Amino acid sequence: MTTMSTPANGASELLDLAAGVFLLAAVAILWLRDVAAQTRLLAVQGSALAAMAVVLGAEQAHPELYAVAAGVGLLRAVVLPALLRRAVNARAADRETRPLLNVGASLLTAAALVLLAYAVAQPLVRLEATAAARALSVGLSVVLIGLLVLVTRRNALAQVVGFLLLDNGITAIAFLAAAGVPLLVELGVSFDLLLVVLVLRVLTTRMRAVFGSADLDDLRELRD
Amino acid sequence: MTTSSVVISALQVTLVLAGAPLLTGLMRQVRARLEGRAGGGVLQPWRDVRKLLRKARLDPEGTGPAFRTAPLIGVAAAIMAAAAIPLAATGTALGSGADLIAVIGLLTLASAMLALAGLDTATAFGGMGASREMTITALAEPTILMAVFALSTRIGSTDLPAIVTAGITDGARLASPASLLAAVALAVVVLAETGRLPVDNPATHLELTMVHEAMVLEYSGPDLALVELGASMRLAVLLGLWASLFAPWGIATTAGAAAVVLGAGVFAAKLALLGAALAAGEVFTAKLRLFRVPELLAGSFLLAVLAVTASFFLN
Repeated sequence: MTTMSTPANGASELLDLAAGVFLLAAVAILWLRDVAAQTRLLAVQGSALAAMAVVLGAEQAHPELYAVAAGVGLLRAVVLPALLRRAVNARAADRETRPLLNVGASLLTAAALVLLAYAVAQPLVRLEATAAARALSVGLSVVLIGLLVLVTRRNALAQVVGFLLLDNGITAIAFLAAAGVPLLVELGVSFDLLLVVLVLRVLTTRMRAVFGSADLDDLRELRD
Repeated sequence: MTTSSVVISALQVTLVLAGAPLLTGLMRQVRARLEGRAGGGVLQPWRDVRKLLRKARLDPEGTGPAFRTAPLIGVAAAIMAAAAIPLAATGTALGSGADLIAVIGLLTLASAMLALAGLDTATAFGGMGASREMTITALAEPTILMAVFALSTRIGSTDLPAIVTAGITDGARLASPASLLAAVALAVVVLAETGRLPVDNPATHLELTMVHEAMVLEYSGPDLALVELGASMRLAVLLGLWASLFAPWGIATTAGAAAVVLGAGVFAAKLALLGAALAAGEVFTAKLRLFRVPELLAGSFLLAVLAVTASFFLN
């Protein structure tokens, strides 16, 4: 049994807990079919991400991270889930997704992906055995799970959820590996994200108007 | 094996034997009250057992030893488990025999015997119930093993008293991500193994999708009393095991009389609390479609795998 090189203090415990909630939310999103429940979990995951940023800011004496955490929390825990919820509530028929891979198989795939992420992150952890480095594998796992959701769900709204999952994972890695990106870059990324979700919402509304559902399999033909 | 450890085990067995039907009664009562009914009272399961024990034995035609021995083995396995698991105090009489894998094996033996008994009756319902029960058990087993590994890697042993003692002395260990994940995974498995909602509906004999009740449909009289007693003891033992692993506060680590009595009281309180919470949760839960049960158990398996990875890599 390897021992931690840094003493187990409160900050690293909190970071472990936030990372655990972050990963659990991703797993639960994969577990559930109901898109409305998935958006609630996205809000939970956004709060966990903001908590991670706050803990890191306190640990590394990086006051700039507090501002980033506030922005991330507002956008990912409040604004984006609210936007998605409005889109979901617009039509009851799109609430349930039909995954291409059944839920049991995708959960087992997720288990394999998490193991892969842990294996890949091992050299990084060996480089510097801090709580942040150990949580890197969680960020990687969430990126992989987000990709899995993107690939296996055919409902446009569920795909937005997968995309946001992927982006949450990338942001977590940025926080953990580099103590956060500069405020300006984070701001730009956040606005891009907001724009993407807004555009996808408009696209979903248009799809519903034309096809009567938000199923991406209906988008087969090119028209001019 | 010392005298005090024998006394502790005997106390635990008595407590589970006498208290398990009361736990079932309490859960039914909580549920009844929440649904706006008067309910039969906490003592109703004991009254049922007394009534059934007075009746004559009746074996269906053509049944063999599997049908006759299954109720006895069910109760015996639960008694063994109650003697081994540190429910009220860590110094139980079985010592190193109180292995987590052995205890799970004992409880699985009981459900396998009941499935054999269901097949033995050669009725359609018995066969269906046995097949479903074995499907659920087979799916739950990997989760149990994974959760056991997650709990035992840090201690380096699957010995139950060692795991529980480590939990008492080092409280921060219980709040670690690995322990929380294993707790959720094992909770789902406990629900599946004891036939509670959302996996099986314990309140019905009239459903095509029933699992446990389908297996025991042919039992009557004293045998039915034993089956019911065994089922409630199984619930009490599994809830007690869960409480000992993830909320071990109050369990006596010494053999002092005061500490053991306090441990027994805390154990009873924990069981009552868990049972009431479970019953209250069941009011708001619908039974899962049988074909979605594998999804639930695959999810709990994933959580257990995450628990193992977390305890292995994050430690």
